[in-house]
Amino acid sequence: MALAKRIIPCLDVDEGRVVKGVQFVDIRDAGDPVEVAKRYNEAGADEITFLDITASHQGRDTTVHTVERIASEVFIPLTVGGGIRSNDDIRRMLNAGADKVGINSAAVHNPDFVKAASDRFGAQCIVVAIDAKQVSGEGEAKRWEIFTHGGRKPTGIDAVEWAERMSNYGAGEILLTSMDRDGTKNGFDLELTRAISDAVPVPVIASGGVGNLQHLADGVIDGRADAVLAASIFHFGEYTVNEAKAYMQERGIEVRL
Amino acid sequence: MTETVAVIDYGMGNLHSVASALGKVCDQNVVVTSDAGQVRGADRVIFPGVGAIGDCMGEIHRLGFDQLLREQVSSGKPVLGICVGMQALLAHSEESGGTDCIDLFPGQVKFFGHDLKSASGAPLKVPHMGWNQVEQVDHPLWESIPQLARFYFVHSYFVENSGSEVKGRCQYGVEFAAALGRDNLFAVQFHPEKSHTAGLQLLQNFVRWNGQA
Repeated sequence: MALAKRIIPCLDVDEGRVVKGVQFVDIRDAGDPVEVAKRYNEAGADEITFLDITASHQGRDTTVHTVERIASEVFIPLTVGGGIRSNDDIRRMLNAGADKVGINSAAVHNPDFVKAASDRFGAQCIVVAIDAKQVSGEGEAKRWEIFTHGGRKPTGIDAVEWAERMSNYGAGEILLTSMDRDGTKNGFDLELTRAISDAVPVPVIASGGVGNLQHLADGVIDGRADAVLAASIFHFGEYTVNEAKAYMQERGIEVRL
Repeated sequence: MTETVAVIDYGMGNLHSVASALGKVCDQNVVVTSDAGQVRGADRVIFPGVGAIGDCMGEIHRLGFDQLLREQVSSGKPVLGICVGMQALLAHSEESGGTDCIDLFPGQVKFFGHDLKSASGAPLKVPHMGWNQVEQVDHPLWESIPQLARFYFVHSYFVENSGSEVKGRCQYGVEFAAALGRDNLFAVQFHPEKSHTAGLQLLQNFVRWNGQA
């Protein structure tokens, strides 16, 4: 008996449609989020992450309704991230049927928000999302910093220290995205993933850069991630979730089949 | 007459998921309620819960739901506790600086610890989050669910694996109780409403259960 490593398809949703950007620009339409989520639920996904990249107020209301619709038909855990700035935002998403919320920029602006949210709703539903970019030059010891605003704004904060701080503040899980790899299909930043996973006592989800099944397995074996997140390899039908699991099992990884 | 399943709402957590999973597997009338009268009038009762046990027990005491729950259990109707709703049924929890609970099952709820290790010595993350296998002990609520099927767990505290009331076991650094049962009362540490096919089957078994073990 052992805990399975999780495979998490990620839906980037803008104004009610699943989209997938390449390095946060160049968006391709990948369908209705409810249909996509249902498909992954049936295909054996262990969880679904829904990232709301909508900027407008109206779009946010659409998001709540979309989350409600997904939650009525999908019986696996659902994480909703994007634009979560207050306990009211969290309550709204949990009431709509989300199991966890992802907090990113709001944590950077006000780290105590993570504490307050975790105290109020429990660490089990607070995921801190970290967008990290390598800042060390060639030949230097590797160092990563966190960025906000979809990777456009540097913060000067060291990514490993930040992850430790966030888990001390009550994050139940870390969703770690490498900005250098996101959308490249070159695989996770394994050194970054491993550095964070070894530093924090809570589960780490690796994200950014998956282009094939080997990348998923590498994220678990070399990156020591507890879960791996991918979007485009699943959205565009290159691989099914079950193919990914079969491959990971061949590599000796415990999965839920 | 259509049966009613009451999901007890004491302000802790996401009851939408439990209600919609029940809606998927049964044609009973499902009510999410904090009204004691409605709970008393229901044919079956579900007692969920997420978050910290201290807050949960605070609300349970404030609303008088500890007494209500004892009453429901002694009435003989099927009662199902989920996650913190299971932990709250024990005598005591280490969480929130030590919390007295409802004491419908003997025993303690303990912290996994900061230096939890797998059998091979690898460090384990806490919370125990994700899909783990459950070794079932014969009980009607496991019907049609394969032995060692995986369920979705998310918790940092666990119920000790001891006593005849353990109806399911799981392993994560330590062996712990994944399910407890006695007569018409059953409780699970995992989230059946989030455990896909196996979880929906367990809920379906519950809404058809006559309350006899």
